[in-house]
Amino acid sequence: MGPVVTVRLLRWVGIVLLLLASSVSARADDFATLVGDLASDSFADKERAVTALGVLDDPRAVSVLQALSEGRLLKTTDGRVVISKIAGGTTRVRDAVTGEDIAGADPDRFDRVIVNNRLRGAIEGALAALTLFSIDRDARLVAARDALRHPSAGEAALLEKAIAVEQDPEIRAAVQLSLSAARLVSGSRQERLTAIRALGTTTDPQIKNLLDEFRAAPDTDPELKKAADAALTSIGNRLRLVSIAANLFQGISLGSVLLLAAIGLAITFGVMGVINMAHGEMIMLGAYTAYVCQQSFRALLPADWIDAYLSVAVPVAFFVAGGIGVALERSVIRFLYGRPLETLLATWGVSLILQQAVRSIFGSPNKEVSNPSWMTGGFDPIGGFTITWNRLYIILFCFIVLSVLALILSRTSFGLHMRAVTQNRPMASVMGIRTARIDALTFGLGSGIAGMAGVALSQVGNVSPNLGTIYIVDSFLVVVFGGVGNLLGTLVGALSLGIVNKFLEPVAGAILGKIVVLVAIILFIQRRPRGLFALKGRTAEAEA
Amino acid sequence: MPALPGGQQKGAWSPRFWASFLACGVALAVAVPAFNHWVPPDSPAALPDYLVPLLGKYLCYALLALSLDLIWGYAGILSLGHGAFFALGGYCMGMYLMRQVGTRGVYGNPLLPDFMVFLNWKELPWFWWGFDHFAYAATMVVLVPGLLALVFGWLAFRSRVTGVYLSIITQAMTYALMLAFFRNDMGFGGNNGMTDYKDILGWDVHQSSTRLGLYIASVLALGLGYLCCRFITASKLGRVLLALRDAESRVRFLGYSVTDAKLFVFTVSAVLAGIAGALYVPQVGIINPSEFSPGNSIEIAIWVSVGGRGTLVGAIVGAVIVNSAKTWLTGAAPETWLFVLGTLFILTTLVFPRGVVGLLRRPSRIRTRAAARVPAGERA
Amino acid sequence: MLNRMWQAGVAAAVIAAAASGATAQTQGTIKIGVLHSLSGTMAISETTLKDTILMMVDDINKKGGLLGKKVEAVVVDPASNWPLFAEKARDLLSKEKVAAVFGCWTSVSRKSVLPVFEELNGLLYYPVQYEGEESSRNVFYTGAAPNQQAIPAVEYLMGEEGGAAKRWVLEGTDYVYPRTTNKILEAFLKSKGVAADDIKINYTPFGYSDWQTEVAAIKSFASGGKKTAVVSTINGDANVPFYKELANAGIKAAEIPVVAFSVGEEELAGIDTKNLVGHLAAWNYFESVKNPTNDAFIKEWHDFIKNPKRVTNDPMEAHYIGFKMWTQAVRQAGTTDVDAVRQAMYGQKVKAPSGFIAVMNTNHHLSKPVMIGEIRPDGQFDVVWQTKEAIKADAWSPYLLEDKGKIADWTYPWVCGNCTEAKYKD
Repeated sequence: MGPVVTVRLLRWVGIVLLLLASSVSARADDFATLVGDLASDSFADKERAVTALGVLDDPRAVSVLQALSEGRLLKTTDGRVVISKIAGGTTRVRDAVTGEDIAGADPDRFDRVIVNNRLRGAIEGALAALTLFSIDRDARLVAARDALRHPSAGEAALLEKAIAVEQDPEIRAAVQLSLSAARLVSGSRQERLTAIRALGTTTDPQIKNLLDEFRAAPDTDPELKKAADAALTSIGNRLRLVSIAANLFQGISLGSVLLLAAIGLAITFGVMGVINMAHGEMIMLGAYTAYVCQQSFRALLPADWIDAYLSVAVPVAFFVAGGIGVALERSVIRFLYGRPLETLLATWGVSLILQQAVRSIFGSPNKEVSNPSWMTGGFDPIGGFTITWNRLYIILFCFIVLSVLALILSRTSFGLHMRAVTQNRPMASVMGIRTARIDALTFGLGSGIAGMAGVALSQVGNVSPNLGTIYIVDSFLVVVFGGVGNLLGTLVGALSLGIVNKFLEPVAGAILGKIVVLVAIILFIQRRPRGLFALKGRTAEAEA
Repeated sequence: MPALPGGQQKGAWSPRFWASFLACGVALAVAVPAFNHWVPPDSPAALPDYLVPLLGKYLCYALLALSLDLIWGYAGILSLGHGAFFALGGYCMGMYLMRQVGTRGVYGNPLLPDFMVFLNWKELPWFWWGFDHFAYAATMVVLVPGLLALVFGWLAFRSRVTGVYLSIITQAMTYALMLAFFRNDMGFGGNNGMTDYKDILGWDVHQSSTRLGLYIASVLALGLGYLCCRFITASKLGRVLLALRDAESRVRFLGYSVTDAKLFVFTVSAVLAGIAGALYVPQVGIINPSEFSPGNSIEIAIWVSVGGRGTLVGAIVGAVIVNSAKTWLTGAAPETWLFVLGTLFILTTLVFPRGVVGLLRRPSRIRTRAAARVPAGERA
Repeated sequence: MLNRMWQAGVAAAVIAAAASGATAQTQGTIKIGVLHSLSGTMAISETTLKDTILMMVDDINKKGGLLGKKVEAVVVDPASNWPLFAEKARDLLSKEKVAAVFGCWTSVSRKSVLPVFEELNGLLYYPVQYEGEESSRNVFYTGAAPNQQAIPAVEYLMGEEGGAAKRWVLEGTDYVYPRTTNKILEAFLKSKGVAADDIKINYTPFGYSDWQTEVAAIKSFASGGKKTAVVSTINGDANVPFYKELANAGIKAAEIPVVAFSVGEEELAGIDTKNLVGHLAAWNYFESVKNPTNDAFIKEWHDFIKNPKRVTNDPMEAHYIGFKMWTQAVRQAGTTDVDAVRQAMYGQKVKAPSGFIAVMNTNHHLSKPVMIGEIRPDGQFDVVWQTKEAIKADAWSPYLLEDKGKIADWTYPWVCGNCTEAKYKD
């Protein structure tokens, strides 16, 4: 910690000298007054203080402003302003002005200095101008990109200075872009022309709006206007492609969610023929397992291990849901083979019991399951289109689960036995396969996969006792649409439903889009009464 | 051509049947109103007012269950979207009742129901025309579910969609309808549906005498529905249905038109469900899109199973047992009633696979039992 | 034959069981009904309200009861099923003969039971913020009306302090509360000079879970160069996936603030709020408010529920106010008779956990303060703005054309909830 701070301070001193060599040096009493003002009751006073601190060029301002935006700036009962910081599990409190530690202070007894969004914006602005020169690469990149949002003459000057010292190519590019935007609003005619050409190569709705406004301004030079038109057309064309790409990604993401929810059902219903209404509850149990794992990690393990909780939750969920599945098969479902419609009734009963059991144990309200840090946020592969990490990982996870399952079915002896039992039970039995055991394990496998799906779905949706009921109808539709008993059908079915839905949604709206998809499925089943990939021959008849 | 409902089975209309049928009918249609209306309210024998619409509701559910049993128990068509026909019948009645509100609505508009005033609609959409006349609404109660079933069934049975495929697309149908009716722009009141009715045929729906009337109408509808189902199942068509339930391809090979036979009962069943819905709405006082929810339709199948699939009486008994259990348990054990109900469903399938009625019946009717022995490959 | 006898037997047993229940009246207690879904989709929100009423009942019984009698809560489960709400309401009023009912959450459940309460002259205390457009003689609305929540929140965001928003996304679940609120807000925004192009209204179904398209649409709408704010009337279950998508798509409160009317502490407890800091909610109460009444309320709740991590929220506070007012009115009237209690309710004052005095008005709605809170990383809210005094709820909105001139006043000479002229004239 120590050396970093020192380096940062030295750098700060350098920047201060570089930027504002002509200004008077910061006066300590100004700083103290402004910090005092931060603890005022009026947001307007606080904002003035923040803005003043931003231009005061006192290196201490950064830590104060950061503490303020993170809610760590406190006001003691005697009016002193202090900063609390959690380090190594203990909370340290130090004076915001003098920086000296206050021993034995209990931060819980102090009032937090409250910020609102406007103030948060002001803090960001104050910090951003300064962080353009931060030693933290990511912070500089963010600051360089942020600068695009408020182009002005003052900013152009700042960005010119930044680009002079910047070494990192990615940040240079970002600074250059922001600089172009700033020059568009404030530069000379020639600068503007260059800026328009540079901006025309981007794909960003923000820049498009900037150009739109520039073009629409009454006093724009005709030549500049023409250049802007060309730039706008080129941006518009690319944005259309981007929106198709975005729809495609969203469709695949929705498809992968549907697929994850349906894979387990493709086994219990598709392969075994059990109309498994408790399938949704297996997903729910998986999601609650993720919750329990997360809480155990929080309670028992060091704080930085929390990001690993999913790697434990996935296998645990598989065994919890799988175990319940095996128990369910042994106690109820095995008596119902050959009576598929009656499994509907029994599993409906099971689903009611499981829902109420979870409600009794965990309570009715939603449980909070947070994304680990590596699944938080997203990135823009191109302007105007964000890919969120959690959805990307879910797509990956979904395909991994499906591939592993396909391998189990086609390459292991368990898979062989499973197929044998479902295709011809008496014959499989004659061949010495323990059909009862295979039944239990197959049902367990399907339930276990549903459990793992629950862990994944907890990353995008809510964790509540009703979780299963959200997915059950869609899951059955996917399996039936793809063709009962066919994994490939489930895959193609889920992805095509997801993609069609997402392409319809911007046109027809969320509700009508979904209705159209449902009607399309109904009509499709008329054309192919056994789904997309129908099994052929005698087994096909038996599947009904 | 479907086998015409002629050639009634021997014994189906015996005097013994008529005696017990009329006994039940009288008990329900005369005794209940008598105990409610003529016995002084403070007497222990009196039937309190609040029970009348409750019993009426059970009877509507019973008619609904009966309609599902006709197609599931006798023709092997498990519709998991039967709630849709029920709800459509209910909506037709609800629209009539809304038009009867007139200027007594919140915004006092003589033509438009409140929710349309609220959405700034200026005129009544075309599909609301005529619903101020009871006769028109009553026709629609029969026509709308009937036509939907006819079209849907024609598409499905013609292309030989059977078994779980059929169950799931019926579920998709009711799900799509639910989403559609939830939309406020559809003109059916969105999530709030239709409520706060005032009059039916000029009688105040809040009067206990109107409630008794509706109750008696429900008893009559159930009785007639039962006779209708019994007539179908005891006819030659009924036997064809049973045969195609147990082995559809064999029936087809024998030269029967499976599609027509199925289409006929499916439509009759949908009409019965629609009538049940129409009687249900004024008695519970609200119709809302959640009636279309797939869960409700699954529950209907469960009533039939609990009572005994393939026995018409069973459907009625099942609907009454499950719903009265629900009424009782949601009050007596509000935190644990789902455990009890869930256990009931599991036990029914495991211990009484033929339902309550099957348990009580002598095992003389071999045919349903034999059905269970047909290899799975032959069953639809 | 057996089966027919059996059938008759079932019917008889049902009738007998129900009838015997009706005669079992307990002496020396005052019964109240609790009509909240404990299963089904609404259990997520409503179970807590049931516990709140049980806590209040426990409290009053510890203090010696009401009119010398013990208060007994009759809890039923209407299971998020709207016809069942009506059935249970009838059951509570006719069979259990409860003195008052505390219940309902969704508008449709209230609409479903309303005719029953009016027919049987019962009393319903309805604790949830709602769309207004109603004032029933038999209902006391203790939640916020649109003018106590939506309009102040939008005014705040339009003001300098809230970020001076110029462009608006009204995002809601497709049902009557968002529809009404958005209709009022649209009229309000236009009256403030916002162009129609700068308002985007979008509705999604209940329980909607895939928000990718909508969030992307909000982002692109917001890139229009003007400061954009989102007003969310998204209901219940759909909020968790919405906020998760919002957080991961990088929509920061300082750029595009989202103000919600249906998201409180209880809902946030199910969401990781670290990346949602600064998004807003408008309510009449926040748990983070500091005053002795609130401290006592929170402590009582934690003791009762035996879990110090459970949060309190606005509808709970509304039930607290409603229950206190009902007990005060019963004491004042000296009876639980509905007509007497109703008369005693008008002007009833309760020191509310919000730190203000809540007053019951003659339009059956409360006067309560309006507070705007920003989400904190710990799932609580910081109050960043609040009204100086309690605001009186409007049953009918001045911004809606069809409400023009409507008055809700249940005292002489009006005595009506939906009139343009008084019932009695001298």
